[in-house]
Amino acid sequence: MRPGTRWQHRTAVRALAVTAAAGLALSACSGGSSTATGDTTGGATDGASDATFIFGGSADPITLDGAYVSDGESLRAIQQIFEGLVTSKPGTTEVIPNLAESWTTSPDGKTWTFKLKSGVTFTDGTAFDAAAVCTNFDRWYNFKGLQQSSSISYYWTTVFGGFAKNEDDSLPPSLYSKCEATDATTATITLTKASSTFLSALSLPSFFIASPKALTEFKADEVSGTADAPVFSGTFGSEHPIGTGPFKLAKWEKGNQLVLERNDAYWGAKAKIKTLVLKPIADGPARRQALEAGDIDGYDLVDPSDVQALKDGGYEILNRPAFNVAYVGFNQAIKPLDNPKVREAVAYALNRENVIKTNYPEGAQVATQFMPPEVFGYAQDVPTYAYDPAKAKALLAEAGVPNPTVEFWYPTDVSRPYMPNPEANYQLFKKDLEAVGFKVTTKSAPWNPDYLNQVDAGKAAIYLLGWTGDFGDPDNFIGTFFQSKQLAWGYDNKDLQALLDKAEAETDLAKRTADYEEASKVIMTDLPGVPYAHTQPSLAFKAGVTGFVPSPTSSELFTDVTVPAK
Amino acid sequence: MTAPHELGTAADPRTAIVLAGAEEGGSLGRDAWRRLRRDPAAVVGFLLVLLFVAVAVLAPWLAPYSPTDTPGQGTVTPTNIPGPSAEHWMGLDNLGRDELSRVLYGARQSLVIGVVSLLLGATAGILLGLLAGAFGGWVDNIVMRVVDMMLAVPQLLFAIAVAAMLGQSLTSVMIAIGVTNVPVFARILRGSMLAQRGSDYALAATSLGVRRRSVVLRHVLPNSLSPVIVQGTLALATAIIDAAGLAFLGLSGSDPAVPEWGRMLSETQRFLASAFHLAVFPGLAIVLAALGFTLLGESLREALDPKYRR
Amino acid sequence: MLRFAVRRLMQLVPILLGLSILLFFWVRALPGGPAVALLGERATPEKIAQINRIYGLDRPWYEQYVSFLERAVQLNFGSSIRTQRPVTEEFLRLFPATVELSLAAGIFAVGLGIPLGYLAARRHTTLLDNLSVTGSLIGVTVPVFFLGYLLRYVFAVKLGWLPATGRQDSREFLDAAHPTGFYVLDGILTGNPAAAWDAAKHLILPGIALGTIPLAIITRITRASVLDVVHEDYVRTAEAKGLLKRTITRRHVLRNAMLPVITVTGLQVGLLLSGAVLTETVFAFDGVGRFLNLAISNRDFSVIQGFILIIAVIVVVVNLLVDIAYGLVDPRVRAR
Repeated sequence: MRPGTRWQHRTAVRALAVTAAAGLALSACSGGSSTATGDTTGGATDGASDATFIFGGSADPITLDGAYVSDGESLRAIQQIFEGLVTSKPGTTEVIPNLAESWTTSPDGKTWTFKLKSGVTFTDGTAFDAAAVCTNFDRWYNFKGLQQSSSISYYWTTVFGGFAKNEDDSLPPSLYSKCEATDATTATITLTKASSTFLSALSLPSFFIASPKALTEFKADEVSGTADAPVFSGTFGSEHPIGTGPFKLAKWEKGNQLVLERNDAYWGAKAKIKTLVLKPIADGPARRQALEAGDIDGYDLVDPSDVQALKDGGYEILNRPAFNVAYVGFNQAIKPLDNPKVREAVAYALNRENVIKTNYPEGAQVATQFMPPEVFGYAQDVPTYAYDPAKAKALLAEAGVPNPTVEFWYPTDVSRPYMPNPEANYQLFKKDLEAVGFKVTTKSAPWNPDYLNQVDAGKAAIYLLGWTGDFGDPDNFIGTFFQSKQLAWGYDNKDLQALLDKAEAETDLAKRTADYEEASKVIMTDLPGVPYAHTQPSLAFKAGVTGFVPSPTSSELFTDVTVPAK
Repeated sequence: MTAPHELGTAADPRTAIVLAGAEEGGSLGRDAWRRLRRDPAAVVGFLLVLLFVAVAVLAPWLAPYSPTDTPGQGTVTPTNIPGPSAEHWMGLDNLGRDELSRVLYGARQSLVIGVVSLLLGATAGILLGLLAGAFGGWVDNIVMRVVDMMLAVPQLLFAIAVAAMLGQSLTSVMIAIGVTNVPVFARILRGSMLAQRGSDYALAATSLGVRRRSVVLRHVLPNSLSPVIVQGTLALATAIIDAAGLAFLGLSGSDPAVPEWGRMLSETQRFLASAFHLAVFPGLAIVLAALGFTLLGESLREALDPKYRR
Repeated sequence: MLRFAVRRLMQLVPILLGLSILLFFWVRALPGGPAVALLGERATPEKIAQINRIYGLDRPWYEQYVSFLERAVQLNFGSSIRTQRPVTEEFLRLFPATVELSLAAGIFAVGLGIPLGYLAARRHTTLLDNLSVTGSLIGVTVPVFFLGYLLRYVFAVKLGWLPATGRQDSREFLDAAHPTGFYVLDGILTGNPAAAWDAAKHLILPGIALGTIPLAIITRITRASVLDVVHEDYVRTAEAKGLLKRTITRRHVLRNAMLPVITVTGLQVGLLLSGAVLTETVFAFDGVGRFLNLAISNRDFSVIQGFILIIAVIVVVVNLLVDIAYGLVDPRVRAR
């Protein structure tokens, strides 16, 4: 079923952006050329209606305070209420200006000067200005206690590392140094070192700008309760999320519905619908039937097996660009996977085309490496391992283990964009392995936390896993996997790690691209795992709904959405 | 959980006591058998159970394919899962396997889950009940408090809790279901024994100077077992349904290639609209098997209950 | 009677104490932990250790248990790691939904089960009787979630008669106020009968799914119990006296036959709470069962501990009330 629920969307749906194009924008925009999104959409209010649009997600947001969340459902709601200095161009990961009209960087890459849009107000009537920007950054930087928990301030710790006063030894020094409001529309942010990901990170809802007045008034930073049962006691994130976005919170009946209404004072193109309702429906079949019964107008995370039936039923199916990778991982610390011949044998044994045909919706493609083709640094000429059971058998014989015994793990209770039905993938792969002589022992666990725990702890020999990009940057794919030695892989190629370190620090895009292409070739030669699919996750809408632009990182706005009158 | 054994016996101690008080006289067995044979419900139940066991045992000979064969490889896609045809009587499943073969093989798994969980639960429950019933006093008190504790948590939650702790394997599913049976059996046996101890023959034996242990083991226990047997039959039905409920909540055996009805049913919910046959056949199998055990158990109870001797 | 009630209430103490110990060790025996649950794919050993320190999960177990117990007595179970809101608050928010659903299921089961069982007994061995017996047997053998899916597919999707999910239509009743959390009652209280009717419609399908097993059980027990009573000597005596059939039914048969029915109905509370886990999940119905299921799969320790303890208290107290009611009606029980 089911509780495909979970919170899986923590990572399933993320908003971040930077791609080859963004990399370019990074240098291009320092010149100051820019267009505001409001202008590109025409700034028109025509088409505004009293319509209500009801959208089915998989879970309730946790809180509407972007600084405290990293799950897709919270980010989806925050995206509508708040805005960042930059945003991503709809349908892409390209960074474009938003609350900041333009920016410049100092030659050493540490000082960023943002020229802000003027005349923007928060929905509580206070003005958006440079001081507000700095208040937000300083708030995040000065998080303490529970706020420093990586589960709470996930994106801050991921992008900026540490805080003003790190309360935990595991936290690195902060990338952030200070923010100065030079004048009302100029904010200068200083970093402790040059960063290739800073700008694109600012398009994440976790770094969107909130009204300083509301943050104080509604005690966004107040933590009460006992040491082992802390509670966020402020009402900022639950009742008074005040931003500058196209929508504002009307009411939130937790677990039942989150109601947003059009911000009629919005500076840009105003929303075409008056009311946006986000409903949590954990169960996949329930979401589909809710759409069919007319309870909702659209929903996210459509099951592949439902796609055709929904199309036949006259529903609109939209696909997000592939921004993920599914792979069969090996743990080289577990015999016989230390033997490259055995790993190669697995690669030749797996019929990836068949798995994609049987279990994936249209639009899924066979992967050849650990990142999707949309990301720069994608290599055209990596070693490939086409389905060839005879060759797999020969390799096993060569390795001297014609019938190796392996534990093969798969997760239950989960449907990921890159792996809609892990159990089904598993059964086909297992059969393929057995066909060439492997003796497969089945291991399974519920996705979160048991499965991830076991895999991360290096307990799983062969396992199904995957990744959805946060950043449109190769570092967010292969860097995450292989830049340091991880127990899950047991793969420790120092030369590769050095190459990835060098690529991350590289500021020249062409050189960076070449480095990552090289890295992919090394990886696919060493074969730490077998990437097999990139998918295009689907959304479904009632017929006649327009204006929804799917984004690779799921950072979609409902501003232009229209619903047909009844 | 979804519990037919709430049907008057199990969770209701009073019924159990009434029931237990009913066993008297030596002709009971023969009498019960005679009534059972005449009861159409019992015959239907017995036949269903027989069919279920036969399918489980003979699956390899009955099934046209191995449960892991994929004759439909290449034709099956998420949106094209062929239904029943001359070649595949129950159609193909989402991986292109023969559904009939999987349903037939599935009987084995369901039977194993039912029997093993029953044995686990009944053994532990009977030991506890025996302890309480035989010794009475503070032993009884402690045992019954433990039993109360187990009963205070709704059964499904209890099973989920146990299964979550033990991880995903067939063993943990069987233990989880077995554990929920423990308090039921303990209560029934205890109630039944208390009633028997107060009965005339037990009092007579005690007054004749027969030792307590011997009274309990030779007279009280054997006479207290018939409600336990009834409960056992009903628990087999519950086990099959409970296994389905657990599978729905994501707790089932490890290897998905091994067919199991509950799991097949819960997995194929996503195909309810596009491949209805995938939900129907395992669903039907579960209902029929559970129905068989329920009919048999209910008839057995009526047969053993003198109130129904009319 | 009072002593009986007090004695039964005292029995709650060891049950709850035992349960709290059991729960405490159970959550710690779970593989993984809340830290991994929170971090998902992105869990690293450092981040896990940091979260364990923040939530005090690295302290010795007895310290944790004592502090857990101290807080539990004050109904403070800490906050949900998943939603960051206090456990007791979450329970209070969700409980009305589950009660409302259980009531709907109860009304369905009792309202249909008693008349059906009674009629089956009065027309013993007729077609109606056989149908009710067979129906109730099948009723208990259909897995709840499967029944839920079928109902939703047929009546919500195919026929479009009833809503498929949730508790209130968002399009029509966006502004409906919910002061008590019981949506039907809220509709009536706020003078919005349409909203009340809408909320009631949302209860029908899940109510039937959840109520089917209790319906089967109640039908059977009513039938059996009426059958017992009509063969009792006092009924024959009354018939011999020439009393009106209606009088016999009302004074003797129904009154006496209802005793076991009341008991069995009371005992369905635990069953309803179990079934609610499945039904609420199937119908995206935001209640205690669905939340608890999510908590278990997310290793949300504080919610699991708090909810199960509160549910146990409710089950025990309801059973106690049933016993007391039973004792009031039937003096034989009091003697026990």
